[in-house]
Amino acid sequence: MMAAVRPGPLRPYLAIVSARFRMLLQYRSAALAGLFTQAFFGVTLIMIYEAFYRSSAASAQPMVFAQVVSYVWLAQALLAMLPWNADAEVRAMVRSGAVAYELCRPIDLYGLWYARAVAQRTAPTMLRAAPMAVFAAIGLPLLGLGEWRLEPPASLAAGAGFAAALACALALACAISVLINISLLWTVSGDGIVMLVATAVSLLSGLVVPLPMFPEWAQPILRWLPFAGLADLPFRIYNGHIAPGGLALALAQQLGWTIALIALGRRLLGRGLRRLVVQGG
Amino acid sequence: MRDALRLYLHYVRVSIRSQLQYRAAFVMTSIGVFLITASEFVAVWALFDRFGQVHGWTLPEIALFYGMISITWALCDAIGRGFELFGTMIKEGNFDRLLLRPRSTVLQLLGQELTLRRVGRLLQGMLVLGYAAAAGTIDWTGPRVVLLVASIACGVCAFLGVVVLQATSAFWTVDSLEVWNAFTYGGVTMSQYPLAIYRSWFRGLFTYAIPLGCVNYFPGVAILGRADPLGTPALVGWIAPLAGPVFLIVCLQVWRIGVRHYRSTGS
Amino acid sequence: MPQIVVEGLVKTFQIAERTPGLWGAVRGLARRRYRAVRALDGVSFSIERGELVGYIGPNGAGKSTTVKALSGILVPDAGRCEVAGRVPWRQRIAHVAEIGVVFGQRTQLWWDLPVVESFELLRDIYRVPQARYARSRDAMIALLDLEALLDVPVRQLSLGQRMRCDLAAALLHAPAILFLDEPTIGLDAVSKLAVRDFVKRLNRDEGVTVILTTHDMDDIEALCTRVIVIAGGKILSDGALAELRARVTRERWLTVDLVDAGGAIDEPDAKEIRREGHRVCLAFDPQVVTPAELIRRVTSRHAIRDLFVENPPIETIIARLYEAHGGSAGAPDGALDRTPDGDPDRSPG
Repeated sequence: MMAAVRPGPLRPYLAIVSARFRMLLQYRSAALAGLFTQAFFGVTLIMIYEAFYRSSAASAQPMVFAQVVSYVWLAQALLAMLPWNADAEVRAMVRSGAVAYELCRPIDLYGLWYARAVAQRTAPTMLRAAPMAVFAAIGLPLLGLGEWRLEPPASLAAGAGFAAALACALALACAISVLINISLLWTVSGDGIVMLVATAVSLLSGLVVPLPMFPEWAQPILRWLPFAGLADLPFRIYNGHIAPGGLALALAQQLGWTIALIALGRRLLGRGLRRLVVQGG
Repeated sequence: MRDALRLYLHYVRVSIRSQLQYRAAFVMTSIGVFLITASEFVAVWALFDRFGQVHGWTLPEIALFYGMISITWALCDAIGRGFELFGTMIKEGNFDRLLLRPRSTVLQLLGQELTLRRVGRLLQGMLVLGYAAAAGTIDWTGPRVVLLVASIACGVCAFLGVVVLQATSAFWTVDSLEVWNAFTYGGVTMSQYPLAIYRSWFRGLFTYAIPLGCVNYFPGVAILGRADPLGTPALVGWIAPLAGPVFLIVCLQVWRIGVRHYRSTGS
Repeated sequence: MPQIVVEGLVKTFQIAERTPGLWGAVRGLARRRYRAVRALDGVSFSIERGELVGYIGPNGAGKSTTVKALSGILVPDAGRCEVAGRVPWRQRIAHVAEIGVVFGQRTQLWWDLPVVESFELLRDIYRVPQARYARSRDAMIALLDLEALLDVPVRQLSLGQRMRCDLAAALLHAPAILFLDEPTIGLDAVSKLAVRDFVKRLNRDEGVTVILTTHDMDDIEALCTRVIVIAGGKILSDGALAELRARVTRERWLTVDLVDAGGAIDEPDAKEIRREGHRVCLAFDPQVVTPAELIRRVTSRHAIRDLFVENPPIETIIARLYEAHGGSAGAPDGALDRTPDGDPDRSPG
């Protein structure tokens, strides 16, 4: 199933991806269970929004109901891609102090951690997003709940833009994820920072409630925080809330933050490792 | 029975002491949980800021349902940790140890941990409930306060029942335990809004099959002193919470079946 | 009236099969295959009060299945079992109150708690009256030298210390029967001796019936007068250790230390089974050539620095027994190595 791999730096990461695929495929009941749970959540959330939309003049709202529906399903589909947690292996390495040995090795630790973050997201995301999308687009109408289905992208341009924005979102998510890892070098238990970031990610990326739903005065702030690029921007490109003309700006925002956070990460990693060595692990 | 309670309190003392050994982490995590749950309510507030009301229900009224269910789930999540972790216990083969002790497995699992960091969500729930009491127009009569407390207690029973069912399913398949999250976490999300806003089949599921609606919505309506848009008589709000403990008892029988199955098929 | 009676126990398990590799995993999405494994195939024995019995067999032989049935955890498909007048799986709570179980590889103590607090929790779980608990506890502390460990969290204990604490914990409620599963696994030599010594004394002085499941043959030789061997779900042998030895083989071993390492030893009635540098081990049948005769022959033809005669190690005996009954893939006659600390080779199945 996996294409022939040329030996070299790519192989370990492809090994991680392949191993994840294998593991996730073995646990088919786990996959179905997760799908059911997320589908249930999606349906519940959509019913709540539907109730709100039925209660007031639709014209007053920043997004139409159908756009909110797409937003909700995309959020469920792509949940696994977002930076929720520190890499468990990294956490163990930091706890045991083994990470200090990385300074002795001629490898790019940031690059390694970044590649790991990418590899660890790929399999679960793909294995969840596809069935979720199928359910939302085709399964729901079959169940007689077509009004809640995931519509296709607003236009061909929107679809292409969405794909590009998704790739940028992944890059951004990994940059944030590695920053979480790096924070472990300062606080051994790490849970506090992780929960703070998880809160920020879920609220400010639009996963709890679509960002346009927040008050008008909050919009400029939300728009320019890095978290918007994780979910909100790609989703709104998909459902047409961001017109194709706004695509370039959105991608620039995502990439800008990605580059900034990668640069910050590299800087902090160096400092964090030196600090660890000075402290004696 | 008293002997079981004594043992449970011993377990609780031990669990608390164990967690407080990691005091810093506990405080951090509790604060983290509080922030996460608080941010969820911020989202609700934002929606009301945009829409004003949902099917005629205002934010303070929603806050009653929201606060109640937060407190209920925080308590259940704290008590039921042993059952929540049961999948891992089965996988690691540690359930045998419980069977080798002359006590009920349920008591031992309940006693495994009283998870203190849930206090973050408990605090959030109490604050939201406080807001509902202050900003709303609830007439807090004695009976209503009793109903509030009783509903929360019965709610804990109801959610504990779901958690027990989740653990029981681990006897058959350790991999699909996540399915029950639809009814625990999904049930919490659902209960934050009045049952009346959902489709009839959804309402039916949460009234007759998994009675989470009975322990939050119906008593909530009675506390608000509102007429139920679904047309149920006022009395229902006062007796519906009893569905919680009844449901839990049924779930515990299912647990017994699960244990019997485990003991005849081995690990 | 025996304390433990087992008659015709039968137990079959269904094991799911998994095909390896990525493609196998995709196929696994479609259907799952199961195969039946007969873990117990008519197991029968009886044990009197106060016996110290070794229960041995290769991995997968049915040892732990038997112990699970005896302790009431597992319900067999057929057969009869009575322990102290009770059917273990029918009266679980009453039954387990009277037995103690120690697993060598797992602890029953609470990880984050000081040892004594685990003891106190167990006291409440087993409903032991305070006075009786205090007596048991103090006796255990003295016998197992636990005074210094009482306030140490279990996670900080060494393996040997943890095992001693686990033994104490299992005996706080003064059970009449003790099941030990690999109690000395992974322990250093001193701890092993301490554990063996304790178990022997417990059995001798308190009359506690002990059933010992282990792969460590030194444990068996040190402790058990009676050994039950199980393989493939069937009892192969049940009786005194000496009988078992005699039943399987008369073979004895002569080990000599040569002056010259290279010398080939060519004796018609003896077979060379091992050679390590200067040391050569020969297997022989004492009824074909007496030990004295063989020694005379070897020493007359080779320059010898030292020699000794011994019985084959118990692992060899056991392995031959398994093979004879179509058991695991063992090595041919006499060529099994005894590892330094007595752990047997790991046989599959």
